[in-house]
Amino acid sequence: MNRPALFSKPAWLALGAVTVAALLLPLLNLAFPPGHALHVSGYALGLVGKFMCYALAALALDLVWGYTGILSLGHGLFFALGGYAHGMYLMRAIGRDGVYQSALPDFMVFLDWKTYPWYWAMTDSFWYCMALVVLVPGVLAFVFGYFAFRSRIKGVYFSIITQALTYAFMLLFFRNDTGFGGNNGFTDFKRILGFDITAPGTRAVLYLVTLALLVGALLLCRWIVTSRLGRVLQAVRDSEARLMFIGYNPLWFKLFVWTLSAVLCGIAGALYVPQVGIINPSEMSPANSIEMVIWAAVGGRGTLVGPIIGAFTVNGLKSWFTAAFPDLWLFALGLLFILVTLFMQQGILGLIGKMKRRPAPADAAATPAASKEAA
Amino acid sequence: MAHHFRSFLAAIALCLPMLAAQAAVDPALLRPLAGDDPDARIEAVARIAALASDDARKVLQALQDETLYATADGRVLVADDAGTLPDGAEGIVVNNRLRAAVAGALSGMALLSPDVAQRRAAAQALQGQAADPAQLPLLRKALLAEKEADIRATLQTLVAVADLQSEDAALRKAAVLGLADSGNPALRAPLQAMLERRPDGSHAEPDASLRAAAEATLRAIDSRVARAEFAGKLFYGISLGSVLLLAALGLAITFGLMGIINMAHGELLMIGAYTTYVCQTLFRQYLPGALDWYLLAALPAAFLVAFGVGVLLERTVIRWLYGRPLETLLATWGISLILMQLVRTVFGAQNVEVANPSWMAGGVTVLGSLVLSYNRIVIIAFAALVVAAVWLILNKTRLGLFVRAVMQNRRMADCVGVPTSRIDMMTFGLGSGIAGLGGVALSQLGNVGPDLGQAYIVDSFMVVVLGGVGQLAGTVIGAIGLGEVNKFLEPVAGAVLAKIGILVFIIIFIQRRPQGLFALKGRSVE
Repeated sequence: MNRPALFSKPAWLALGAVTVAALLLPLLNLAFPPGHALHVSGYALGLVGKFMCYALAALALDLVWGYTGILSLGHGLFFALGGYAHGMYLMRAIGRDGVYQSALPDFMVFLDWKTYPWYWAMTDSFWYCMALVVLVPGVLAFVFGYFAFRSRIKGVYFSIITQALTYAFMLLFFRNDTGFGGNNGFTDFKRILGFDITAPGTRAVLYLVTLALLVGALLLCRWIVTSRLGRVLQAVRDSEARLMFIGYNPLWFKLFVWTLSAVLCGIAGALYVPQVGIINPSEMSPANSIEMVIWAAVGGRGTLVGPIIGAFTVNGLKSWFTAAFPDLWLFALGLLFILVTLFMQQGILGLIGKMKRRPAPADAAATPAASKEAA
Repeated sequence: MAHHFRSFLAAIALCLPMLAAQAAVDPALLRPLAGDDPDARIEAVARIAALASDDARKVLQALQDETLYATADGRVLVADDAGTLPDGAEGIVVNNRLRAAVAGALSGMALLSPDVAQRRAAAQALQGQAADPAQLPLLRKALLAEKEADIRATLQTLVAVADLQSEDAALRKAAVLGLADSGNPALRAPLQAMLERRPDGSHAEPDASLRAAAEATLRAIDSRVARAEFAGKLFYGISLGSVLLLAALGLAITFGLMGIINMAHGELLMIGAYTTYVCQTLFRQYLPGALDWYLLAALPAAFLVAFGVGVLLERTVIRWLYGRPLETLLATWGISLILMQLVRTVFGAQNVEVANPSWMAGGVTVLGSLVLSYNRIVIIAFAALVVAAVWLILNKTRLGLFVRAVMQNRRMADCVGVPTSRIDMMTFGLGSGIAGLGGVALSQLGNVGPDLGQAYIVDSFMVVVLGGVGQLAGTVIGAIGLGEVNKFLEPVAGAVLAKIGILVFIIIFIQRRPQGLFALKGRSVE
């Protein structure tokens, strides 16, 4: 079979233009002094960097939800686990500059611990922690997914148990004795690979790495969904029973995409932590995971680009609302949930698509059979 | 020296209306009180208390109030409002040690009060203290006079504990044997003390047969305590289970029967709890006399409010999403955010205070040491009532018949004339209303705040999924089972780990039996 192009020509152009624009931001931040008309503030840069992490998580979620019909309410867990894995390195990198001037992180001194627990072994190595960022969410997702998919748990049941899973982990990480800082989590980072973590240069590099990984992940996901594998995944979404009658075993396809999605989410979390400067168990709260779903839904699920747009839109709105009308944000978010599910099933991209070519039928990739995923 | 100063004032200002009354207690008993020997004074207090007469009580009360005076020749006088003190009478100085002895003696004397409640309180107060042989005569006297069974039992234990320290071996033996029926863990210490060896190697209790008896009694008490502890866990498990049940029962209808993933279910609980709060406030404002009965008004009010909110949600949002469970999940999550923020805007972000009515305060003591609080008992009974009501509605009413018909075969029900859309609305309203009732119960146990529902949403889904979707009995057993497992795990693993353990268990359980404990029989590809 002929594999379709990753993107159409205009889409490539748009993607390139946006990427170049995003590349310019840190340069404008570094090249022009504050007060200059072309200066981009560090705050704005940090905000965009944070949104890109969210976008990566939404992209990962879209791969399983939009293309495979598996709605996860637990991606916040993978995000947080990636963040914690990176956070362990960042905590070690503080060295003796903590409040208590101890080799141990402050929260361990506070618990009167004398040595690192075993699972903190080797976390002073950056690359080991980077391996953890990939492995911890990946292995957890693989094991959990294997058992869930093998017993053919699907639809809302799967969603509910992923929610229970992240809730259980949240309770676990809230405990001080778990060894991850309890309520407060990890914060007060000082440096990363020897560079000052608050320096504009370091922040620009973090931003660029995030941008590169986001674009890379987008291309990877796009490559997957346009491959034969991607067609099987969409078949799982549209009618898993029929796929099984044809002779496929959906288990490994689902497991592959589920694990990959968890890993991408973990990477997003790992990029998020140094830019935001804190990770705590509230990232694992069920509410956070559901919010990720709405990013994907607002942008348009099953489009890959849509969730990225959605993450920027929703979080941009959130930043604006929480500053301008803090009391109204939850009303707005709640309404967004309702309106998107009732009136905008294809999200923003769907709206644009409708406006662009009203008479022609929408193309396959942009219009998943939204109403059938749980049939 | 305030006392001297005061007596000085009393001496020079005879115009004060004070009349000294000679206490009608043997002066020989009173004399040591005026003396300097602290041990003699404490002994005197004990002996006066042993008189157990009204006059003795007056003297001790005067001593406690520091209105007891002594003259130079050793007479002891009680100053009362109507008399004067003779010249040279000095207030008796009460130090802390004496004050404690007096307080103990007075509380012992309350055992003889004509008021049952006072006697019971006095007996229970003594139970908490170390046994004091000096109080023994008083205790015996009280025991003889006592008619109430529960106070008698308390007194008997007290006497036995005091007897354990007696010099008389026969008394000690009787006490040891008498204690075998008790389940009071506080008795372990005095019995254990009998078994210990002194530093010189001799036994604290010289009589070997008595030691054996004490050991047997100790074992009996231990097994009773263990039984009471077990019963306590059982009770708290059922209590937690009934709370989970009330939280999940509405969901068993909306999710179990209708298949609607209602993430706003927790907020319907919260609405019920806040309705209770409003009822309480209204009663406090307009019917303060009937404040104790505000819950009776809160029940129908919470049901109706939650029913109304449920019907509104069903008509405006949920009915457009039938057959699309994942979208329903997202939309109802949005609803839950709006409801939470709404409550926060109206009532503030802080928790509001919902008080138990006075008839729910307190508890009943069973098995010696186990206290079953009334509010938990009431909630268990309430949960049973609600389950019975739901069962009746679903199985014995026309509405229930329609509900079951629509859920089993919507198209066929439609064909024979069942108004399916209205039934959907009513069913969702019913489930929501029951959540409102659950909210009333939750308001009696914990904090009422905008986040109340969030704490229960995961648990509620776990209960319904565990029990098996569409199964009322499954929901009941799932809830009680989860409550019990939680309470029995808690002492072993700690509250948080127990909770995590249960979540993990359920996750594994669902993998093994996706259809829940009680599956409907049928054939389906999915």
